[in-house]
Amino acid sequence: MSADGHPYDHDHDHSQDHAHDHAHGHDAHEPLVIEDEAGNIEGQILVAALQALLVERNLVAPGEVRREIERIESPGVHLGAKIVARAWIDDDFRRRLLADGKSAVAELGIGVGEAQLIVVENDPATHNLVCCTLCSCYPRSILGQPPAWYISKAYRARAVREPRAVLKEFGLELPAGVQLVVHDSNADMRYLVLPQRPEGTDDLDEAALADLVTRDCMIGVAVLPAA
Amino acid sequence: MKPRFDAGDRVRVLDLGKAGHVRTPFYVRHRVGTVMHRAGAFLNPEDLAVGRVCGPVVPLYRVGFAMVELWPDYAGDPADMLAIELYDHWLEADGLPSQSDGEAP
Repeated sequence: MSADGHPYDHDHDHSQDHAHDHAHGHDAHEPLVIEDEAGNIEGQILVAALQALLVERNLVAPGEVRREIERIESPGVHLGAKIVARAWIDDDFRRRLLADGKSAVAELGIGVGEAQLIVVENDPATHNLVCCTLCSCYPRSILGQPPAWYISKAYRARAVREPRAVLKEFGLELPAGVQLVVHDSNADMRYLVLPQRPEGTDDLDEAALADLVTRDCMIGVAVLPAA
Repeated sequence: MKPRFDAGDRVRVLDLGKAGHVRTPFYVRHRVGTVMHRAGAFLNPEDLAVGRVCGPVVPLYRVGFAMVELWPDYAGDPADMLAIELYDHWLEADGLPSQSDGEAP
């Protein structure tokens, strides 16, 4: 496992790909990703065997893997919400955020380890939606682990093919005349949607604004209702 | 490798027929889009995936496509678009005659 901030850290995101490469070795017509209820059994057996060996040879201490998983899973939506709230109240920050996401969020003490960060801004004429058609790339440093639907084959395929139908199923009907921009995070960038600040929130302070911001509106499958 | 393209350039996505850890999905291959901006230079994931970490780095671009270019029967707004990251070696300038076109007039 690569260290924090390692430039090739996006390997974490591509576990789905590795699963499908492996499946291809058996039969080119097997499904691309194994998504059964119990997870990828074959992969689990391999991982468990590898971990047992590493522990046995004193290369990894028992508990180290669990702690690493805990570390990876500890960032949460609150970090993204903090970024959005700051952008709403501070125009200069918002400009820096849109110009260079990674540097701007570092000002808030938030590190983006896995990749570059591109922040895309919704406005009355534009709505942004993020997906990863090839695997499950997601701004994990600031939104935590992606929801199950984000890594489902259905979302990954349909978000680029019929995004307005997908949004409608999420309860968001985009008016005609609003341009929809779908971002496929297929390589070395990660994306965060900067939602529009809801109406009726002029009196709220930064912390109260952050409380309004949801994960789904930062992926782009939702917008924030007026307060 | 110096970036061959810049914002505003029209580019066509190649179909290199490569196997492995390829980051260019099929749905954009052969399609024409517009470079939105340069996005830095990164080690080629096709090499990284098989342990070749020595480089060189490859320029990366964000390229925008009209949804109607990708999907002729696209049902949404004609202005809708898709933005995706593409590495330099998967792109060619659009508008240049390809080899199979013979000599340009």
